[in-house]
Amino acid sequence: MRNTAAILGIGNVLWADEGFGVRAVEALHARYCTKDDVEIIDGGTQGLSLLPIVENTEYLLIFDAIDFGLPYGTMKSVFDEDVPRYLTAKKLSLHQTSFQDVLALAQLSGRIPSRMALIGVQPLDLNTYGGSLTTPVAAQIGPAIDLALLYLEDANVKFMPRLKGDEIEPLSPLSVVGVGV
Amino acid sequence: MTTITTPNGFTIDNSGKRMVVDPITRIEGHLRCEVNLDQNNVIRNAVSSGTMWRGLEVILKGRDPRDAWAFCERICGVCTGIHALASVRAVEDALGIKIPENANSIRNLMEATQWAQDHLVHFYHLHALDWVDIVSSLKADPRATSDLAQNISPWPNSSPGYFRDVQTKLKKFVDSGQLGPFMNGYWGNPAYLLPPEANLMAVSHYLEALDFQREIVKIHTVFGGKNPHPNWLVGGMACAINVDGPLAAGAPVNMVQLNLVSSIIDRTIAFIDQVYIPDLMAIASVYKTWTYGRGLAGQNVMSYGDFPLHANEFSEHNLLMPRGAIVDGKLDAVLDVDLRDPSQVQEFVNHSWYRYPDEAAGLHPWAGITDPDFVLGPATVGTKTDIKQLDEDAKYSFIKAPRWRGHAMEVGPLSRFTIGYAKGIADFKEPVDKMLTDLGLPIDALFTTLGRTAARGLEASWAAHKMRLFFDQLMSNLRAGDLAMVNTEKWEPATWPKEVKGIGHVEAPRGSLGHWIHIKDQKIEAYQAVVPTTWNGSPRDPSGNIGAFEAALLHTPLADAAQPLEILRTLHSFDPCLACATHVLAQDGGELVRIQVR
Repeated sequence: MRNTAAILGIGNVLWADEGFGVRAVEALHARYCTKDDVEIIDGGTQGLSLLPIVENTEYLLIFDAIDFGLPYGTMKSVFDEDVPRYLTAKKLSLHQTSFQDVLALAQLSGRIPSRMALIGVQPLDLNTYGGSLTTPVAAQIGPAIDLALLYLEDANVKFMPRLKGDEIEPLSPLSVVGVGV
Repeated sequence: MTTITTPNGFTIDNSGKRMVVDPITRIEGHLRCEVNLDQNNVIRNAVSSGTMWRGLEVILKGRDPRDAWAFCERICGVCTGIHALASVRAVEDALGIKIPENANSIRNLMEATQWAQDHLVHFYHLHALDWVDIVSSLKADPRATSDLAQNISPWPNSSPGYFRDVQTKLKKFVDSGQLGPFMNGYWGNPAYLLPPEANLMAVSHYLEALDFQREIVKIHTVFGGKNPHPNWLVGGMACAINVDGPLAAGAPVNMVQLNLVSSIIDRTIAFIDQVYIPDLMAIASVYKTWTYGRGLAGQNVMSYGDFPLHANEFSEHNLLMPRGAIVDGKLDAVLDVDLRDPSQVQEFVNHSWYRYPDEAAGLHPWAGITDPDFVLGPATVGTKTDIKQLDEDAKYSFIKAPRWRGHAMEVGPLSRFTIGYAKGIADFKEPVDKMLTDLGLPIDALFTTLGRTAARGLEASWAAHKMRLFFDQLMSNLRAGDLAMVNTEKWEPATWPKEVKGIGHVEAPRGSLGHWIHIKDQKIEAYQAVVPTTWNGSPRDPSGNIGAFEAALLHTPLADAAQPLEILRTLHSFDPCLACATHVLAQDGGELVRIQVR
């Protein structure tokens, strides 16, 4: 039995707006809880080790910084077979090369998710090593999460807002989580 | 310049036709390679360049040393745990923290797991396609493939129907036009020598290995809490073990999970010994006359040593993977390596895009400087944002040039096995001798591209069997009642001296990795990492010595000058990982050029 959904943030948190995807899943995880058959993953810049996550879900939702050629901070979603196409054509980072291979290998094994959504944000700054998200990109985290919840509701995945005082196990060590948003 | 001989004994000639391969595919990170070919398409000069800047050293300055591992874990998409381990070891060394035996066993187990998984993934998913022609496998007879497979291994997935299914699946994938990772292959190149049946067997195992590698890393999830990005801890490990306790959210590691680890270890040993090694031998037996790619192998090789059998003891007798350096091919005189000695490991930058006050001299990492300086030499063709050809007489890489007592060194599985062999240690000597005897080859055949690939396979088997050793060691310690996992005596910064320095070294899957830390007033004052691909992929140094990549490419003939298959084969044999050797774009924001040959 595959998971109902996997929400995957990819990118490098050490590299300014490259970290958008990871920051988005962290924020989602901090604000909402969901059922056990929904995985929320900080994928970092991992390649092949993300394959099991991709192969083990019906619905894959990805957050990433994508070069759409739009004004910076613009958010755009693509779906299903357009997802690998976008990662192939609009590549701006190394992690996208390996992630595109991950999707191809899932295709080869016959275990590609039945539905996919990619929520991308046009980055402003990819060059500041050690930098945080820029203001226009950070401002899209909230809207990106709202959009993700909307897509996932369509796939029958429910989220509950966390209550004040809930103990939340962080997705990443606190030292890293604290750097960005 | 036309022809010169380098101090380390290589003749290079840059007069012939220049060819650029950028980026080198199927590696982590960004590597560019330029070669000069003579009229017979033989490589006479090679230039290897890391085209992205790293900057880890800059980001760590001023941070809490106990957090450094979490940043180090993010610099690479492959060996996250390896950098984290080097980092916690550096901090522990600086502060004199002794870790419990259980933490040592678990760290060794996690590291050996990483070796087995990394070597497996490298062989099948990054390197095999340099030897195996995917498209040719579509022509194989599944029945003959089954005969071949059953002839070399007892592995059960070997029926004609099994191979026919794989072939059908592959054909469908190729026909769909979505070649994915197979997109950049030089299919049909005459340098591919395997018969279609061997190609089909290898492709089938490519897919099986893909399924299997996910199993192996569950070990990291058990002990590191999660994967990717498992948790590490200065002073020990972050997991608590309760052999008798129930499984519950947030509960310590219990017997159910330990049994899972044990069964993964059994399957890892079986997969490597019954699939990986037989495939390696089958490939080697066909390619054994392809004897190129020697470079520094058997000549100048080094290992920092690793896998302390007991905690906190890094002296030679306690390390299962030996430490040492061989210089000038003197296998009978393995020299000792001391990472603290300022005259041993030094980094040079006169051919790297960094600035030193005096670039004729090298700097020991404790005195290291990472100050980027992206300038191009006068013979460069093109511009900063569109380089057509690098000028290797000037600065040409974001990789520094580390040297050991002034020598360029090769690191990695073959170097480690060479040192183990030279020391006469049975763990290394016996499998090497057996493999050479089975293939009918002399010891010298080991010092080649194929030898590098073979040593990695033997080392994967070594690591898989050591996983069992470390697991058993952990279990017997737990059963004896020792449950200690972390030493927190010096956790509080108030207990630290005002200023200290430390080193953390690890043998990463691809070679020797060192982190040098300087802690002052409870913060990181300076941090330097010298990574395996810095050693192997280094540019030239002030004396004119060339590094392992450049040396290994010399004298190799290309079957087809438009398809640099042989260049990929040799560079991949080192398992280059540039993500941590270099990082991001040129500092002025200009993206460096990517000319793709083909």
